[in-house]
Amino acid sequence: MTVTAKDLGLVGCRTCEKVYPMGTKRCARCGEKLISRDHRSLHKVWAWWIAGILAYIPANIYPMLITTTLFRDVESTIIGGAVELASYGAWGVAIVILVASVLIPALKFFAIAYLALSVSYGASMSAPHRHVIYEVVEFIGRWSMIDVFVVAILSSLVQVSVVASINPGMAALAFALSVIFTMMAARSFDSRLIWDTLPKEKDALAQ
Amino acid sequence: MKEATPENIDTLIACPKCDAIYDVAQLETGERVRCDVCHHPLITPRRNAGLFIIAMSSAALILVMTALFMPFISIHRFGLTKQTTILDAALAFSDGPMIVLALVTLGLIVGLPALRFALTIYTLTPIVADRRPWPGASRAFRLSEKLKPWSMVEIFVIGTAVALVKLTDLARVELGPAFWMFVALVILIFVKDTVTCRWTIWRALEE
Repeated sequence: MTVTAKDLGLVGCRTCEKVYPMGTKRCARCGEKLISRDHRSLHKVWAWWIAGILAYIPANIYPMLITTTLFRDVESTIIGGAVELASYGAWGVAIVILVASVLIPALKFFAIAYLALSVSYGASMSAPHRHVIYEVVEFIGRWSMIDVFVVAILSSLVQVSVVASINPGMAALAFALSVIFTMMAARSFDSRLIWDTLPKEKDALAQ
Repeated sequence: MKEATPENIDTLIACPKCDAIYDVAQLETGERVRCDVCHHPLITPRRNAGLFIIAMSSAALILVMTALFMPFISIHRFGLTKQTTILDAALAFSDGPMIVLALVTLGLIVGLPALRFALTIYTLTPIVADRRPWPGASRAFRLSEKLKPWSMVEIFVIGTAVALVKLTDLARVELGPAFWMFVALVILIFVKDTVTCRWTIWRALEE
């Protein structure tokens, strides 16, 4: 059984790793606020999570790209754009876009909700496994921005003078906000909570 | 390592991810420490890393500022050419509420990475020169650490590759010098972040 700072009545700084007696307010070395277990962080997690989901809805309904040619305007949503790419035979890119913009964001919402719920109500999955989920969410969250950057490059490059004109649609803004809110949700989560045995589980062990 | 006890509080470190506590009093110079519980890297020292990190950060800062105004990609079709810079790509989002997205994009791919290089140089220069840290150095380093996930240069580079695939059927696309500068930037950032040992820097700032 590993010993935690909390077990010894100490509190560790989440920024610089220095250790203080429990009750110390601020880290003298880096100035970070010291909290042994940030239970209130769950409120922040849920607030950002809801904001992320709310932004994700328009991101999928509104067009991501508006392509204007001489004769007509074509508006394509995230999923529509991927389907179109697949129809040209660009399966690889279509899959990258579907995974980065649809699958990963959806899994991220589930993963963050699962982690937050597991801390409040107990989990069937072990702490090391849940920690891996947390690390994956933290690592992968940023990569969803890729679609926004693709839209930026396409829009600036393809102008009327050349082939057609490509403009960003409202979904680009909504999607970027959704990614940022979800990153904030994941970053607000205090991963040390995963490793605490819940009082309920402790009772169960004692019996 | 010794067993952690509250009496040795000055030589204790707590894992920021899972709160496991370690006594690093008997650490050998150059020894690397990973958390036994969650495998988070805690101490990753390298000899003379300070000067190397300053050099990398300065090179990266110059690179990102220069790349901003150089051609990033160009597109050719029917004898017409359209060139674009990073600045143009971000400013593709500039109608109405989209301006928010232009600023966010510019921040993620240029502003925040550049700020992190500047903060790193500010923090490390006096340490490497064996002087007292400059005022606010610990705040500067804390900010630089917090901004780490928001620096998205590598995601932008991969996004460019995706945009290229989307355009290859429409027109001839050429990569400009700024693109290759960004590829170099990705490598510089990766190496710099790998050789940075947060624990060593925090300890140096304390002394």
